[in-house]
Amino acid sequence: MVTNITNLGRSGLSDWLIQRFSAVILALYTLFIVAYLLLNPGLDYATWNGLFAQTWMRIFSLLAFVSIAAHAWIGLWTVTTDYLKSTGIRLAVQSAIILAIFVFLVWGIQILWGA
Amino acid sequence: MSTLQVSIYRYNPETDSAPYMQEFQVDTKGRDLMVLDVLHLTKEQDSSMAYRRSCREGVCGSDGMNMNGKNGLACITPLSEVVKKNKLTLRPLPGLPVIRDLVVDMGIFYQQYERIQPYLQNDTPAPAIERLQSPEDRDKLDGLYECILCACCSTSCPSFWWNPDKFVGPAGLLQSYRFLADSRDEATRERLSELEDPFSVFRCRGIMNCVSVCPKGLNPTRAIGKIREMLLANAT
Repeated sequence: MVTNITNLGRSGLSDWLIQRFSAVILALYTLFIVAYLLLNPGLDYATWNGLFAQTWMRIFSLLAFVSIAAHAWIGLWTVTTDYLKSTGIRLAVQSAIILAIFVFLVWGIQILWGA
Repeated sequence: MSTLQVSIYRYNPETDSAPYMQEFQVDTKGRDLMVLDVLHLTKEQDSSMAYRRSCREGVCGSDGMNMNGKNGLACITPLSEVVKKNKLTLRPLPGLPVIRDLVVDMGIFYQQYERIQPYLQNDTPAPAIERLQSPEDRDKLDGLYECILCACCSTSCPSFWWNPDKFVGPAGLLQSYRFLADSRDEATRERLSELEDPFSVFRCRGIMNCVSVCPKGLNPTRAIGKIREMLLANAT
């Protein structure tokens, strides 16, 4: 029996599903942003601000933020368990990664909803 | 000119402080020999060299090794398939501890095989003659049961190199699916519950090295995908 406590979903199956689901969300969000920038060549602050003032865009953006947080946690956790063989270093790096993801997530929410 | 330049990994832990490569010149007389034949010719030049072989026809799986960077069975790999610029480099299967020269310790590979319980589990009292299977159900085992456990696939897999104690590896997972797919096996749920952690199955990143090296032409990546589908169907 293989056990683990520092991965996101505690199970490989849920991590795997979350990784794929979040990848689709991130792909859609990236396509949307790129398309928006291409269709609005002379973009000014008011238009950009107006886009993010709409509730659907905030929900879409928050969904993308949560997705990137989960995606990064699962992906980097995998990298640390592949390459960091010393338990102390691995646990320290995993903690730092999870902390950074948390900070970026809260910061992102603050930017999105604070303005 | 039919002289082949052969470079072979040598290591005898009792006398050598570190592994080294030994160079041989082998006269192939212009024939397209199998790599195992070339090994026999080099052993005539230096009989201290150790490698495993048995059936010499791709059935026993003893002579898996790394030939010019790619794993395979030396006995069924012709020189024309691997030799580049008249040079052949032979190394032991990557990622396993070397016992001597081309002989590796396959212990951890067998442990992972043992872990997936590679035998039929059925608690229903056996019928008078045998447990019958429909031809359609029998067909599901094609491409799974043929594995000879040569370890060419698992030792070409980076996920197995980094976590051989936790990731079952392509060979073990192909056999795991062989029993998951068997209509006569009743332990499906127990088998799946042993596989849902982040390592056993899910450390597979789908790079398909296993498919590219399998000397029997099997497809462990597809079997791993099927296991994932079963895990998903079981848990959603």
